[in-house]
Amino acid sequence: MDNKNTKGWLYLLPAFLFLGAFLIYPLIDVFVYSFEEGYNSASQTFSGTGLYNYSYVLHDPYFLRAVQNTLILVVITVPLSTGLALLISVALSSVKPLRDLFQTIYFLPYVTNTLAVGLVFMILFKKTAYSDGLVNLLIQGFGGNSVDFIGGPYWAKMFVLCFYTVWVVMPFKILILTSALASVNPIYYNAARVDGTPKWRIFTKITLPMISPMIFYLVITGFIGAFKAYSDAVALFGTDLNAAEMNTIVGYVYDMLYGNSGGYPSYASAAAIILFSIVLTITCINLLVSRKHVHY
Amino acid sequence: MDRTKDYLKIEKRARTGRLISNIVIYTLLALWGLIVLFPFYWMLLTSVKSYGSYNAEHVPSFITLSPTLQNYVDAFTTVSLGKYLLNTLIFTLSTTAVMLVVITLAAFAFARLDFKGKNLVFTLFLSLMMIPNELVVITNFTTITNLGMRNTFLGLILPSVTSVFYIYLLKENFAQIPDELYYAAKVDGTSDLRYLRRVMIPICRPTLITIIILKIIECWNSYVWPRLITDNPDYYLVSNGIQEIRENGFGRENIPAMMAAVVVISVPLIVLFLVFRRKVMAGVARGGTKG
Repeated sequence: MDNKNTKGWLYLLPAFLFLGAFLIYPLIDVFVYSFEEGYNSASQTFSGTGLYNYSYVLHDPYFLRAVQNTLILVVITVPLSTGLALLISVALSSVKPLRDLFQTIYFLPYVTNTLAVGLVFMILFKKTAYSDGLVNLLIQGFGGNSVDFIGGPYWAKMFVLCFYTVWVVMPFKILILTSALASVNPIYYNAARVDGTPKWRIFTKITLPMISPMIFYLVITGFIGAFKAYSDAVALFGTDLNAAEMNTIVGYVYDMLYGNSGGYPSYASAAAIILFSIVLTITCINLLVSRKHVHY
Repeated sequence: MDRTKDYLKIEKRARTGRLISNIVIYTLLALWGLIVLFPFYWMLLTSVKSYGSYNAEHVPSFITLSPTLQNYVDAFTTVSLGKYLLNTLIFTLSTTAVMLVVITLAAFAFARLDFKGKNLVFTLFLSLMMIPNELVVITNFTTITNLGMRNTFLGLILPSVTSVFYIYLLKENFAQIPDELYYAAKVDGTSDLRYLRRVMIPICRPTLITIIILKIIECWNSYVWPRLITDNPDYYLVSNGIQEIRENGFGRENIPAMMAAVVVISVPLIVLFLVFRRKVMAGVARGGTKG
């Protein structure tokens, strides 16, 4: 019996060591960091404990800008990408020929390097001295004025960031929704057809309720993912996001930790904890709302 | 007679309706397909335009009549793209290999072995899945720095060799193997490790392959941790490499060469995806996280 116990733990040992060192210990440590005031990363000493780090972060204009950017990104991209994915998935499920081809194409952004493809988006949207960039030429073609989407006004930069984020997150959502749609039992549709139910009614009364758990799952993961946005912004605007006014909360955390403005793990920890309190609150609200609207 | 005519009319109307809705649906699908594919087309196209002709175009042309591979040569000679690719390959393969060993052993313990506190430990394990990476990265950065492992492969690899989710996925799969097989093997005097290697791993190969593919995608595209832990270009992975190329590579304006680098970085994963299309999509549907 004793031998058996040892054996079980022995098999778990490697996983335990790694998880302990790189997941559990850091989780505790991040809270410790966030309360240590005046931490000096060179000598690894601190002058006191308290809430100063939180108050510093909450009064830092860069952090407030990052929160604003992240919130705008979340509010725009989550509903937009989920709605668009639903539309495309429904369209995809209602046709047979070419469906496989479309599904394969739609999934491509998932397997590409965010940083690398972000460069392509930057080139498409950027206005330079010798060329206005393809998107601006299109705008001019329709009689509009060209805008520098990468180095220009705030709303233009935000537009590109949202556009790219939607482009990146769509494959996952389309995949989940098409498989959810495929798993709805055709009996319901047949019954509705016998009754001569109009298509729109079938969609709102059968399809939507049947796939609502999956939509809800996508909304929650979408919120969490959008709050953690970072590499999309780096791909478009470069590593100095503060200068581009396009920083996100996660970007702020990493900037505090490392880089030109880095060396402040305490501020980084406080910012990270603030971020996850926000995410946790919103996830809880989502869960509460879903109780009323999701049919399990 | 009148009746038949009515039916014909109704049928005709229904057919037109279907046709119109089909046209609308396919237009929508093609439109999104275009939006997805266009950036890929554009990077391929730009990567074969010569530097001179690209910069001479005020209005970029949609085709090029004189494709050149010079940009690809530049991408490998002017900047160390080859080095970045090699680093990424080493990082991806070793992380995946070590992770496979770690998670297989853990999943085996949870699925097959009996020991005290197993259920409690498993529940605790599952709760670890909720810890976001962004919270632990701060301390990990300090830990690795203190261990003097910045700019080493060990520093890059160590924090990402366990995944609670993959342990869970594999454990579920292991648990489906009937107990009788295990007892039969025990009667024959097979050791646990041999049973794991000879019976469980072959049976669960599809799941293992899915896990491997997902991990490879994750490693190939990882950006944040490598950026924190490496500042020596000799240890850059492709994501950091492309950022480096963009900021001080070919000179800011050599877009075609930059695009050639982007193509080289993107192709391996796209090929992997096209080969294992169904596996990748099924795997992501079960356990994908991006989005």
